[in-house]
Amino acid sequence: MRKFQFHPCGNFKESYNEEIKIFETDFGRLWLLIGLVLLFGVIPFISSPFMLYVLNTVGIYAIAAIGLNLLIGYTGQISLGHGAFFGVGAYAGAILATKANFPFILVVPAAGLITAAVGMVFGLPSARLKHLYLCIATLAGQFILEYVFVQWESLTGGAEGISVVGATLFGLDLGNDRTFYYVIFVCLVVMTWIAVNLIRTRYGRAFIAIRDNDRAAEGMGIPIFPYKLLSFAISSFYAGVAGALYAYFMMSITPEPFNLWLSIVFIAMIIIGGLGSIPGSVFGAIFIVALEEVLSHGTEYLMNVGPSAGAAITIAPLREFVFGLAIVLFIIFEPKGLAEVWRIVRSNFRLWPFSY
Amino acid sequence: MKAFRGEPSIFASARPEDKRAELEVKNLTLRFGGITALNKIDLAVHTGELVAIIGPNGAGKTSLLNCITGYYKPQEGRIFFNGEDITNLHTHTLTELGIGRTYQNIELFPGMTVLSNMLLARHVHCHYNVGKASLFSKSVRNEEVYHREILEELIDFLEMQSLRKQLVGALPYGMRKRVELGRALALEPKLLVLDEPFAGMTLEEKEDMVRFLMELNESWDQTMILVEHDMSVVMSISERIAVLDFGVKLAEGTPDFVQSHPQVIKAYLGDTSKID
Repeated sequence: MRKFQFHPCGNFKESYNEEIKIFETDFGRLWLLIGLVLLFGVIPFISSPFMLYVLNTVGIYAIAAIGLNLLIGYTGQISLGHGAFFGVGAYAGAILATKANFPFILVVPAAGLITAAVGMVFGLPSARLKHLYLCIATLAGQFILEYVFVQWESLTGGAEGISVVGATLFGLDLGNDRTFYYVIFVCLVVMTWIAVNLIRTRYGRAFIAIRDNDRAAEGMGIPIFPYKLLSFAISSFYAGVAGALYAYFMMSITPEPFNLWLSIVFIAMIIIGGLGSIPGSVFGAIFIVALEEVLSHGTEYLMNVGPSAGAAITIAPLREFVFGLAIVLFIIFEPKGLAEVWRIVRSNFRLWPFSY
Repeated sequence: MKAFRGEPSIFASARPEDKRAELEVKNLTLRFGGITALNKIDLAVHTGELVAIIGPNGAGKTSLLNCITGYYKPQEGRIFFNGEDITNLHTHTLTELGIGRTYQNIELFPGMTVLSNMLLARHVHCHYNVGKASLFSKSVRNEEVYHREILEELIDFLEMQSLRKQLVGALPYGMRKRVELGRALALEPKLLVLDEPFAGMTLEEKEDMVRFLMELNESWDQTMILVEHDMSVVMSISERIAVLDFGVKLAEGTPDFVQSHPQVIKAYLGDTSKID
């Protein structure tokens, strides 16, 4: 039986294997266990239907945000097309489910793979373009895909969209929010784990190297362009899986949600959560979805309170304003995002009362 | 666990064919618009040699290294490495073939630790694929541990034990040069290309660096090409020296031969005949 270590102090590592573990101490593992028990055993049973709806949205967006963080935060390739890739996943999922009658368990990974292929195509400009120029090229990708969603009516149903029947898994009905909660969060946990693994192997190191200094990365034997494409593929795979889950969750999809605004929301998530941080992407998704809900309910509440209705109508467009403000404040006060806040809070607890 | 200095297993276990490094530069011409940076350069480096390239500023030394390591593509001429034409290959392919280099202005990753910088260099020696990496399977784990062991041996060899977890950006200049050498060695290069490894170092740091390079060259038969401005170091460690000036090779030979070559003296000190 291994001796448990709950404090980093005096925790001497005796093998290199211990050094490459995700958690430094058993304290982290214990909290992970507690977190998983809460996530799967407690939260779905104590949450109201509205809360479940919000949590499911958070889970879906978090998967897509992790993918975008791999691309922007780790590989340094800014993409403004993630919202459209999310849409490709949703449409691929919906079309496979309705027209090809794929079972749910196959639809999600297949939608991910299709989106990965589409993402690679729109990642091709990264061979020559960097930074702002690549950003504009992916913006073009966003508009091309949006156009395809609306215009390719035979496949996408045009502006009317596609309705999807609820998911079933081995005869189990996953149509309601509570059962689907499990599907989403199992996906999120697995995808997070995969992302963490990728980051600590040669692929993650290559991505970071390309972001920091592509000249030197090339000198280390990393073929830059294939790795940029790989990053686009992995990122889009995440977006595709999230999109397919979104299609099942929403039951019907139309082209409207997958616009530029969604792409910017994803970027906001990873900036606020923390660029180059996997947990940060999840925090960012939680923050943005919570902010959106608070803002929309806040304005709705004000509208219903008689005297302030006029004021609420003027406040309503402030949603975008508050969004931008949140991003700006984070960039000024905590550029490393919520992940850094989380780290500071944790180390304060650990070091208390001698925090120096 | 091994804790010693001087016998990294990647050197000790390398077979003679792993160390074979026959570089041949033939009639190499590189132009940037109207400027001819390199003009019909011929150079041969054989296994186990330590060849220095010297010359005044702007002579084309770094351009020649950039051609050899694939960053520049010459307009004319060919470069052969172990019999293979490598003129038009990409840098990353050359790294796989066994040409590792350090850079004049240190191209390390300042935000990463010494260890992660060096781990990066093990990229071409990792053999797992994306699928296994995403699941972090047993074989991936074993491979990562194996690479860590190799790096630890190199860290011992270069006497950087105390730096392993430090951010490279926080290290003094001389140490960064040493980390960069370590990273280049982690590539397991057959031909090590060093661009001004002694620039900006204190005397002690230079002495350490010379010690490492000499040990690599003499004990482990590491083939090296070196560009350097510090003449006392170059003259004392290199077996052969090539002198460049304005993209032309002026002379090539032993340190004594080069030092007494009239054209080399002229390039460095100017022409005295006109003053007389």
